[in-house]
Amino acid sequence: MTIISFGQIAELLSNKITIDTVSDTDTLKNKLEVEFPALLTIKYAIAVDKKIVSNNTVIKETSEVALLPPFSGG
Amino acid sequence: MELNSNDKERYSRQIALKQFGETAQLKLLQSNVLVIGAGGLGCPILQYLAAAGVGHIGVVDDDIVTLSNLHRQVLFSTNTIGISKATAAVKVLKRLNPAISIQAFPVRLNNGNAFELIKDFGIVIDATDNFASRYLINDACVLLGKPLIYGCIYQFEGQVAVFNVQDENKQLSANYRDIFPSQPEKGEVPNCNEAGVIGVLPGMIGMMMANECIKLITGIGNILINKLVIYSMLTNNTFEMEITPNPDTKHLIPTDEKAFKATQYPDSCQTENAFEDVGIKEFLQLMEVEDTVVIDVREIGEKPIITSFPHINIPMSELKKQVPTITQGNILVFCHAGIRSEDAANLLSNGINRVYNLKGGIIRYNIQ
Repeated sequence: MTIISFGQIAELLSNKITIDTVSDTDTLKNKLEVEFPALLTIKYAIAVDKKIVSNNTVIKETSEVALLPPFSGG
Repeated sequence: MELNSNDKERYSRQIALKQFGETAQLKLLQSNVLVIGAGGLGCPILQYLAAAGVGHIGVVDDDIVTLSNLHRQVLFSTNTIGISKATAAVKVLKRLNPAISIQAFPVRLNNGNAFELIKDFGIVIDATDNFASRYLINDACVLLGKPLIYGCIYQFEGQVAVFNVQDENKQLSANYRDIFPSQPEKGEVPNCNEAGVIGVLPGMIGMMMANECIKLITGIGNILINKLVIYSMLTNNTFEMEITPNPDTKHLIPTDEKAFKATQYPDSCQTENAFEDVGIKEFLQLMEVEDTVVIDVREIGEKPIITSFPHINIPMSELKKQVPTITQGNILVFCHAGIRSEDAANLLSNGINRVYNLKGGIIRYNIQ
């Protein structure tokens, strides 16, 4: 499992996360939010293998998980 | 409608493309597009859509040009500082392409006027800079069934997508709330002007948005329907994510126009400095903007009495006791030296209105 992040989440995680593959997105969220409590205060979308998911989704060993915060700038 | 000889010459280089041709050019000339926001994203979008010959363009922006806009808002110049962005943009675009019709709406988009503004246009482009407007525009476009071209930036990254496009079964494609169901809370996203931006980024993202708009109108290529593209200018990496319409987010969108008008879209971007400091030149120009009130927050009896422009008086002592409801969207405040009016500006900002403080007060400019 690889994690890519964007915007303020990338700043927060500073691209140095090495998390062992977890079974699904809910578990990943919980794990990340323990390590980075600031994530609890941010709304963000999760994409697994380039699909934005709204419900708990299975993560495979080979999956790429993206964490996307909304941007407002223009 | 047929292309005249002038059109054939002006648009010859795009007509020359086999996939484009005169058919696509005619579609552009017959289209009408509303661009909301004439800032970093809006400027390049407007410039290229006008140049390409989009037949009717509406420009919504209630802001005025400031010096710090000029590094990225390329339609404006040093001598348009202090002028309405919508008006200044339309002037430049009319010079660029006098053959199309372009209309300025120098107003703040809100839930009261959004339906009226959007309903006459075929395509809406969200080039705003705050979440309140983005959710408001999304919901209005869903309710009105209008395709919405969405783009936004944060520091060195940008996102682009096309929402609400009807498929052959009259079903609307994914919208903003299918990615980000509800609006971030105040202070959740450190954004707005404080985040900083290099001028080329909104240029590139704006151009991608203009490209999606042209493809959507003319029917060429693949459009970002049910897709979100994220671009990073530091790495040149592009990520394309699939979006699936999510029935669970439907209840977040007001059910009809009446419900929409009653929905609050609070500005989550509001920071401690919710107002803007302006000098006298901008102050006097802002007075001319529609839906504006000027407030003197000095105490009763303070001199000099200002007679050179119309205003109302709400003494700071009263304002501190109770913040009055001000219906106007633009509020200009002043006092003797600009200190009390700064406090007043903070109190009067509600996240939806725009509040401007005369920095240095009337004493600095010797106003009578």
